[in-house]
Amino acid sequence: MKNTPFTQKHIALGAKMAPFAGYNMPISYTGINDEHAAVRSNAGVFDVSHMGEFILKGADALDLIQRVTTNDASKLTDGKAQYSCMPNNEGGIIDDLLIYCVEANKVYMIVVNASNIEKDWNWISQHNTKGVEMHNISDKTCLLAIQGPNATKILQSLTSMDILNLKYYTFTKGVFAGVENVLVSATGYTGAGGVEIYFEDKDNDAEKIWDAIFAAGAAQGIKPIGLGARDTLRLEMGFCLYGNDIDDATSPLEAGLGWITKFTKDFTARTILETQKANGISRKLVGFEMVDKGIPRHHYQIKDAAGNDIGFVTSGTQAPSLQKAIGMGYVNSAHAALDTEVFIAVRDKQLKAKVVKFPFS
Amino acid sequence: MSFPANLRYTKDHEWILLEGTTATIGITNFAQGELGDIVYVEVETVGKSLVAEDIFGTVEAVKTVSDLFLPVAGTILELNPALADQPELVNSDPYGEGWMIKMTVNNPADVEALMDAAAYNNLVG
Repeated sequence: MKNTPFTQKHIALGAKMAPFAGYNMPISYTGINDEHAAVRSNAGVFDVSHMGEFILKGADALDLIQRVTTNDASKLTDGKAQYSCMPNNEGGIIDDLLIYCVEANKVYMIVVNASNIEKDWNWISQHNTKGVEMHNISDKTCLLAIQGPNATKILQSLTSMDILNLKYYTFTKGVFAGVENVLVSATGYTGAGGVEIYFEDKDNDAEKIWDAIFAAGAAQGIKPIGLGARDTLRLEMGFCLYGNDIDDATSPLEAGLGWITKFTKDFTARTILETQKANGISRKLVGFEMVDKGIPRHHYQIKDAAGNDIGFVTSGTQAPSLQKAIGMGYVNSAHAALDTEVFIAVRDKQLKAKVVKFPFS
Repeated sequence: MSFPANLRYTKDHEWILLEGTTATIGITNFAQGELGDIVYVEVETVGKSLVAEDIFGTVEAVKTVSDLFLPVAGTILELNPALADQPELVNSDPYGEGWMIKMTVNNPADVEALMDAAAYNNLVG
């Protein structure tokens, strides 16, 4: 099992640790509800260094990205990032990812899920027919997400980069806490605002940056946040989690990712997805909230009032900010309209739920 | 971690307090700590007679669902009504207000045969 440069920090802080995507990761420190609330109302720091980062360089880098992803990366200018997904030949999703345009038409960074690093690398390599220079910098790249309404205010004291006014899905690079070449990106997986920072794991920089952030945020009460709260935070926003809500067998259109599927360019399985769009999809990823008391969980069946199977739950939880149980799941398109009554099979009972919109409220 | 000496314990991390033939059951401080924030306790077996090790309910934390196993044979009398609105009592007061069920025990000697605090402490220590 791999460690991140912050593993000893997590252990020293008393985190509950568990293996995740081959890494020894913090699940929670003081409790999921407590950490969740800290991010929604204040500021929290996530170590997500397990995520993968690839650099693609060269005159054909954009062409390669365009062919293997669904969103239109040609729209990106220097300093802009984009959410996208990488389809397989059948129109399923190999991974969802972020594309960073470091230098348009020349240098891009792709950020992928930890569990998919090898699969993604192999897929992109196979499609690299024009000699794009590729570097897998995952192992030496640290990634901290500092999220919450007070996150940027706290971090601004550590850099002369303008973090406070960094626009959503843009990034900048510079000196942060005395460390050079830190990429600060106004992105995240919580819906609470804040940034993600990427930097190389060298010398003592990881510890230096971690300590500087907690010192700068001490008065404000910044907290370390584990993967447990990361999951409840993203779920309240209706953000997909790879392996739960999307995978090799779900199409981006079914998953509600039509907004990042652009038929104005050519890409893997474009024809399949275009046909799906033209004919209409048979199932859709929807959000639902429980009407009856109970908590939906991954893999529970979704049924109609007559007890027929109409789908399955992909993610579910008691939502800490909302004080209700929520979930996401695929249902037959006939049952996907807002306010549709559906039933979740929880143990031996069928509990009433209703389809709601994202983000949950 | 210390465990109250007046209770008996199971390997499934439940505690049981016997008073006459009535017993109160909950989960240990160790168990609540491992589970994290408890968000739901479901017991659908009130009125039923079950044997030791039968599942009498389910406890759900934010991220996990765990079965609850009956320590000894008997009949389930009631679920702690306070848990419906405050399941977090299991975290804050596992041996007190966070109790889960009361039951009638078929054979009080079954309770004596369970682990005492020292033996349970060895198990989780």
